Amino acid sequence: MTATALQTASIPRATSLDRARALARLKFADNGFRLMTLGSAVLVLVLLVGVLVALFIGALPAFREFGVGFLFSDAWSPPKEKFGAATAIYGTLITSLIAMLIAVPVGLGVAVFLTELCWQPLRRPIGVAIELLAGIPSIIYGVWGVYYFKPVMQAYIQPFLIKTLGDAPGVGALFAGPPLGYGLLTAGLVLALMILPYITAVSRDVFDTVPTVLKEAAYGVGATTFEVVGAIIIPYTRVGLIGGVMLALGRALGETMAVTFVVGNATKIQSSILAQGTTISAMIANQFADADPGLFTSSLLALGFILFVITFLVLAAARWMLARMELRA
Amino acid sequence: MKGATTSARFSSRKRRNLVWTVLAYASTALGLAMLTIILATLLWNGVGGLSLDVFTKTTPPPGVVGGLVNSIVGSVIVTAIGLALGAPIGILAGTYLAEYGSKSRLASVVRFINDILLSAPSIVVGLFVYQLLVVPVGHFSALAGGVSLAMLGAPIMVRTTEDMLKLVPKGLHEAASALGMPRSLVIRNVAYRAVLSGLITGVLLAIARMTGETAPLIFTALGNSLFTVDPRGPMSSLPLIIYEFARSPYAEQQKLAWTGALILTFAVLALSIAARVLSASTGRK
Repeated sequence: MTATALQTASIPRATSLDRARALARLKFADNGFRLMTLGSAVLVLVLLVGVLVALFIGALPAFREFGVGFLFSDAWSPPKEKFGAATAIYGTLITSLIAMLIAVPVGLGVAVFLTELCWQPLRRPIGVAIELLAGIPSIIYGVWGVYYFKPVMQAYIQPFLIKTLGDAPGVGALFAGPPLGYGLLTAGLVLALMILPYITAVSRDVFDTVPTVLKEAAYGVGATTFEVVGAIIIPYTRVGLIGGVMLALGRALGETMAVTFVVGNATKIQSSILAQGTTISAMIANQFADADPGLFTSSLLALGFILFVITFLVLAAARWMLARMELRA
Repeated sequence: MKGATTSARFSSRKRRNLVWTVLAYASTALGLAMLTIILATLLWNGVGGLSLDVFTKTTPPPGVVGGLVNSIVGSVIVTAIGLALGAPIGILAGTYLAEYGSKSRLASVVRFINDILLSAPSIVVGLFVYQLLVVPVGHFSALAGGVSLAMLGAPIMVRTTEDMLKLVPKGLHEAASALGMPRSLVIRNVAYRAVLSGLITGVLLAIARMTGETAPLIFTALGNSLFTVDPRGPMSSLPLIIYEFARSPYAEQQKLAWTGALILTFAVLALSIAARVLSASTGRK
């Protein structure tokens, strides 16, 4: 296109030289811009690989010292230089599990309300309000949790659980111990509140992909709202829903500030979910600044590496499922 | 006889529907109630502390009246560094995904990785930047804090930029190309302008995210009780000072933590609401 423009131009040589130079400059700038965008895109990849590599290198001394046993050891003793990841991994999994148990049904309930039940003009404002929960910085959840939620847990919820379930056969051990306020359950509940908006947002988006004809057909043969939800909407969006849930799980696993304030930061595995514990991220946040260089720091970096690998796998699975959902839609 | 069983089944179906409906309403009520409670506690505890001191004095040691000026300025500076580094990378990478790479294998890998970085644990990013910028230099710095925020903000801008550029009508591209414009000029002068408000939405969302982040700053910017604008040294920021003062046993410091929390939350929510309003206006066009 540019070449023909040059050939047909019947203009003095000097001008055509200028033109050629200008075109060359344009071409250079054009290429430069393309390369810059390419470089930025590659940088995103480099950053991810960089995070993995840097953490792994930092974690290497700990992995060398403790081997695979690092994953399964519940030791955590800076003076004795004995470290293991089990306590933190256990706390991370339990708090996330509690959060998911609460947030998934509630989040789905909100999404159903927003797509099927809510009066049309109110849908957007209520949807935005729920999404604002996701906008509140996590440290605010932490401060609120420790000043307001922890006392409520201590005074009402934990004593109630201990009284009703503490002596129950089988599950009793889960609800044993004194009501301290801090603990895995408290952290899990604060986490539930934090990830609720993510579950709602993704479920609402995938609910919207259900063809209206399908829903109307079901309503047409006399199905109730919840038969439509149970028999049409949820089966149709199953893959996307699981993706959304795993996305929220990824958030819950890595959340730091909200958990640090309320989890109690005890480096010991206890059977009771009312007991104080810790999570990988809370442990790093609490101890990293004071850690001696050497095995202590390296063990914390190893924890970071493990956390990153776990969340990477969960998030990758979530994205894969959501992408499959998009392909079908 | 048959009529009786069908009507019994009908009423049991209706009952079940009612139960689930009530639960859906209750879930929404719970969510809205929690939002209200959190915002109300922030206002209740924070408004009392809002005074001129907050914006003129630096963060105090225990027992002294002080303010948050070093933290507020620090937050702005660290976020600005994050934005200055993250925005070009985010927008350019998003441009690559939408305009140049679109269906190439590299683009789909970058898209996938970027989606993962979008929700990657921020504390891990902090550890990475600590290894990369704090250990070799030997001291904490606002610059390192800014870099870690850039890593958290850029993925948001990559995503929104790509989504927005894909909205540009093909005809607009083709018309500009037909005039002999090189691709980069088409993108910069036509496509970017067509979705400018969408790009700004992404930037605002990224600022909101970066402003509220605490975890990656703990081992990068560290915090500083003195007023400083030097990005080479440690610097305070609102989330950091909330983290510190909320755990403090002193009432004055706790009060400042609440005031800081109030300022931070409303700044972040205002940014995300502004982003939402802007994106709604792009969508309508």
